[in-house]
Amino acid sequence: MSWDKKDLLGLEYLSAEEIITILNTARSFSEISTRPIKKVPALRGKTVVNLFYEPSTRTSASFELAEKRLSADIVNMNIATSSVKKGETLLDTVKNLCAYKIDVIVMRHSASGSTLYLARNIESSVVNAGDGQHEHPTQALLDIYTLREHLGELKDKKIVIVGDILHSRVARSNIWGLQKLGAKVTVVGPPTLIPRQIEEMGVDVSYNLIDALKDADAVNMLRIQREREKFSLFPSSKEYSKLFGLNSDKLKMLSPNLIVMHPGPINRGVELASNVADGPNSVILEQVTNGLAVRMAVLFLVTGGTSLHPEQLSS
Amino acid sequence: MSLLIYNGKIIDPAQNINYTGWLLIKNGKIDSIGKGTPEESLKADEKIDAKSAFVSPGFIDIHVHLREPGQEGKETIETGCKAAVAGGFTSVACMPNTSPTIDHASIVKFINLEVDRVNLANVFPIGAVTIDRKGVEMTNVGALVEAGVVAISDDGSPVHDAMVMRTVLDYSRMFDIPVINHCEDLQLVNDGTMNEGFFSTKLGLRGIPSVCEDVMIARDIILAEYTGGRIHIAHLSTAGGVRMIREAKARGVRITCEVTPHHLTLTDEALCEFDTNFKMNPPLRSEKDRQALIEGIVDGTIDAIATDHAPHGSTGKDVEFAYAANGVIGLETALPVVYTKLVKKNIIPLERMIEVLTAGPANVIGLKNKGSLVPGADADIVIWDAENQYTIDVNKFYSKAKNCPFDGWDVFGKPLHTIVSGETKYPGLLD
Repeated sequence: MSWDKKDLLGLEYLSAEEIITILNTARSFSEISTRPIKKVPALRGKTVVNLFYEPSTRTSASFELAEKRLSADIVNMNIATSSVKKGETLLDTVKNLCAYKIDVIVMRHSASGSTLYLARNIESSVVNAGDGQHEHPTQALLDIYTLREHLGELKDKKIVIVGDILHSRVARSNIWGLQKLGAKVTVVGPPTLIPRQIEEMGVDVSYNLIDALKDADAVNMLRIQREREKFSLFPSSKEYSKLFGLNSDKLKMLSPNLIVMHPGPINRGVELASNVADGPNSVILEQVTNGLAVRMAVLFLVTGGTSLHPEQLSS
Repeated sequence: MSLLIYNGKIIDPAQNINYTGWLLIKNGKIDSIGKGTPEESLKADEKIDAKSAFVSPGFIDIHVHLREPGQEGKETIETGCKAAVAGGFTSVACMPNTSPTIDHASIVKFINLEVDRVNLANVFPIGAVTIDRKGVEMTNVGALVEAGVVAISDDGSPVHDAMVMRTVLDYSRMFDIPVINHCEDLQLVNDGTMNEGFFSTKLGLRGIPSVCEDVMIARDIILAEYTGGRIHIAHLSTAGGVRMIREAKARGVRITCEVTPHHLTLTDEALCEFDTNFKMNPPLRSEKDRQALIEGIVDGTIDAIATDHAPHGSTGKDVEFAYAANGVIGLETALPVVYTKLVKKNIIPLERMIEVLTAGPANVIGLKNKGSLVPGADADIVIWDAENQYTIDVNKFYSKAKNCPFDGWDVFGKPLHTIVSGETKYPGLLD
């Protein structure tokens, strides 16, 4: 057990031991969601604010359920970024919330680094639910949790991340976390979606999906969005799908044990064919289930939970 | 009125002087200069014992933002001039991104009146290239020059249209003033907020590729060579820029350039905490670029160190990184930062540092009687100490702003006396 941090800002800032602590804590919490009464008092009396400056359905629902199953009191705030830029500053909004003596802010924000900025300005815990293109640590933790369920220890396992690496906070958090646990990471996509000098983060780069996946243990297919840039960085979804989409024909050329992941929401027929998304290699819904346990663990640890007493786990 | 400065380590690169000696000032001009101890017969109304500190021409900063008129909450001509003399700068050239823009002689006249009232440092306004810095319609350059501008620039707005740049380079030839361009192809910038490279990849911040600067420097070199006009590249930040300017100078192109203290001493690695006090444009570049800039100072490719002193209040800086204003202040930290990090570590010779703070910038904007202690020159002088370490503290600045990336640095190099036209301005009546 090793955890002394008030915030979860990114996997770059965690040691392998701290990552394992979160994953082990998550394993203890995972059983709660299988009970008839899915609630424990671990966060009773704690107040959590979910501050979402970007639209989110999956992540916000997952955090909200995690908080409720731990008996926290919660407030959900969804704020359109455009009004923020004209009106109140982030810090003013949050300092007002802190005046209510809240314990945790779970924040999603379009600006990279905004959670670090927040964490050094307030005393409450900050949990990063995605900051710009920087990090999305709970997503990577649930990906890693899922991988470990299937592959055991990740040392020397080959994990491939495919798609828009340039704009992906999921990719960055996965790269940090996977490498800290000893896995080898390859990123795949068109050169325009692979950020410069990413090799210096210790990853391999490939522009050929099949080559990269031939000896891979798992693949994480990122959601592709053509409208991210004024000048599109790839010509069409059709061409993208042809070069980098995963379908059953391509899957036949690969190991039958290849684990297929996706952070959601899926563009069916673009990065992932439906029969792959719903097929035997897919662990996509397991990822969602595991996300709940991981977020419960994170909330428990940042609020000062150091060890799990049986009464905290009893319904 | 006469003043004798003695027992000083005099450094004046324009005259190749580096010795312990004395300096006599009469009626605001350098009268005479000499080695060793002055003759007993040498009389002066006032004497300053420099106590073995350095004595050099007053520093000249050809790139500052005084924010007046229009943004007096950030800085004024008065506070900016106080910061200047406190930092050893006796002359500054102020950029035209004021409100209103310095695109009309009347604005130049307003600035000159306020500078006279403040009566601290020399201030040389830079006029806009185009009306409202929009890059479309040329200003009345002749009227601006007559009112006192020493150069023209659209400041932070690059002159994007090649035809506009070709025209102003041609037109300005008859006034023999430089056109200063902030070189940046905005399509390539693509809303970036930091240098593109390993650190932008790691931090997930949109990258500004170094080639966005190189592309426009290349174009400006070509246009300057073709027209015979004078181009000055503001705040050079890339290895590619240094290389192209070196080659252009060797061919005889009329090109000069400047570099900031922050681009000489910091890299994009400093962004890892998302601290907005390290956000400026051009952004902090890679270590490779920084090394090339140092080489450009040493080999003479770079003419001047200029601070790009850009005051901002907390409303511009205490926000998410992507939304923060670009710019850092620099007048009160240029000397200690460059001296401590580059001269004291034997990376740049002391004489060369003084040259790019004095004769180099004077030459860029055509100041005839400044940048040297030669007899007859204006008596703009700084006496500065290099022996005593101190800590940079933004709360002690004369500037209104605190957006400084060097806060807390332990440094050497502190102005003791700043003299403008023979009169002590710092320390003195600043408070």
